[in-house]
Amino acid sequence: MIPIDTMFYFRLFATYVRVGILGELEYRANFWINMIQSALDLSVALGGLAVVFSHTDTLGGWRPEELLALIGVYFLIGGLIRTIIRPSMTQFMDQVRQGTLDFTLTKPADSQVLVSIQRIEIWRLVDVLIALPVLATALVRLGTRLGLAETAVFAVTLLCGGLIVYSFWLMLSTCAFWFVKVENIQVIFMSMWQAGRWPVTIYPAWLRSVLTFLVPVAFATTVPASAVSGRITTSTLLGTIALAAALLLVSRWFWRVGIRFYSGASA
Amino acid sequence: MFAYYPIYKGYFRTALMVQFQYRIAMLIWLLGGIIEPLMYLVVWRTVSEQQGGSVGGYETNDFVVYFIAMMMVSHATFTWIMWEYVYRIRMGLFSVMLLKPIHPIHSDIADNIGYKFLTLTVMGPLTLLLAWFFEATWQPLPWTLAAFVPVLILAFLMRFYWEWSLAMVAFWTTRIDAMNQAYIVVGLFFSGKLAPLSLFPEIVQRAADILPFRWMLAFPVELLLGRITPRELLIGIGAQLFWLLAGYLFMQFIYRAGIKRYAAFGA
Repeated sequence: MIPIDTMFYFRLFATYVRVGILGELEYRANFWINMIQSALDLSVALGGLAVVFSHTDTLGGWRPEELLALIGVYFLIGGLIRTIIRPSMTQFMDQVRQGTLDFTLTKPADSQVLVSIQRIEIWRLVDVLIALPVLATALVRLGTRLGLAETAVFAVTLLCGGLIVYSFWLMLSTCAFWFVKVENIQVIFMSMWQAGRWPVTIYPAWLRSVLTFLVPVAFATTVPASAVSGRITTSTLLGTIALAAALLLVSRWFWRVGIRFYSGASA
Repeated sequence: MFAYYPIYKGYFRTALMVQFQYRIAMLIWLLGGIIEPLMYLVVWRTVSEQQGGSVGGYETNDFVVYFIAMMMVSHATFTWIMWEYVYRIRMGLFSVMLLKPIHPIHSDIADNIGYKFLTLTVMGPLTLLLAWFFEATWQPLPWTLAAFVPVLILAFLMRFYWEWSLAMVAFWTTRIDAMNQAYIVVGLFFSGKLAPLSLFPEIVQRAADILPFRWMLAFPVELLLGRITPRELLIGIGAQLFWLLAGYLFMQFIYRAGIKRYAAFGA
């Protein structure tokens, strides 16, 4: 067991970010390609909102600026998934298949941390860059109602949502230790993720349960967005924090079990 | 024309056998095409219920039928060729196809139809399940059903020729993600996938008339719903034939130019 030294892991993360930047600076055109793609994605999201709200004032009780906040959150978390979580986990699955995970395991740092931050596709951050003005616009429009407490709750739910998605994704990826070929699981997540552009409360009960418990999209999108508009209940807030903590622990435990099971590709 | 019959038979057999090997992956890839229409179904059903049961000439039930039909038509006509071609060219697989004494589009058509046949075993029951779940009622008119068959075939061919032609861009550049996405996004707004076209502003509707996307998706769907008059049917089929011919000529042109340009990777 390696002692948890926050500064050390912070420096490690900074190093991986630097490596990510250096690697991607070779492909500068990717910045523009990602920029175009994110702008197109955003135009679909905003265009959808515009059409819907040209025919109604609220959608399932959500006002336009609240849905705008939801879209901001959706792009923010989605951007983080695409920047760090998905590339790192994809690389991890490749490593299990090819046996190169051994190199990671021999490094003198926590293997879960190493695996989780090993690949950072820095240009994907444009999703986050695009999310910020959207979120800011929504917050300004909601402005009068947004106090310090709400902002804090929003930050907490956003963090919890990110952690829940990360833990969930880590658990799915850990399955690679047993089943090797599991990349398609990621496709399931990304397909379900697009449903997070709308508040899960409008979906029929069965789909809402799927998006809440089977694939925790709701916690990463609807919950933070409802914190912004002050409609979040204390029990939802506490539940989200508890779930984030629980998933973090469970995924950690599962990772340990997986790593003990792993025996290298040719061993 | 009939000379192709045994060739297609052979292609179908191999396509079915190959795709049956990847049945789980196939199911997972279907998910995205199911979630998207389902999401808009729920959104518009919610809007309609809030507005007292109808929006822009569509009643709540019409929205349900519209998006279930949209799911089916869009599944029946979709292609993945724009992603496949880049892979083919990058991996040098195209050189093999070029050696065969038959135009490569034929094996792609057979592949696509083979895939649709296999996935029909999932999409068929799913349609019934969704219709039951959302309590959809639909009374087909005999003449629209009869007209639907050629209209769907034309829509499929139209989409196939255009997307196959666009895939040829891979001869010039293998970085086509942004272009593909632009095509999808433009299509989303003008094909009726996001919402029935009559809910859009006048200018979008007029643009949709002169673009091909509406005739690929919205037109067959509205025909199924019995919202097309016989006169509109003739105009629609005319537009489909026009775009099919244009797509065919474009394909011939760009394919010849592309072949001249092609030099296998590694050569």
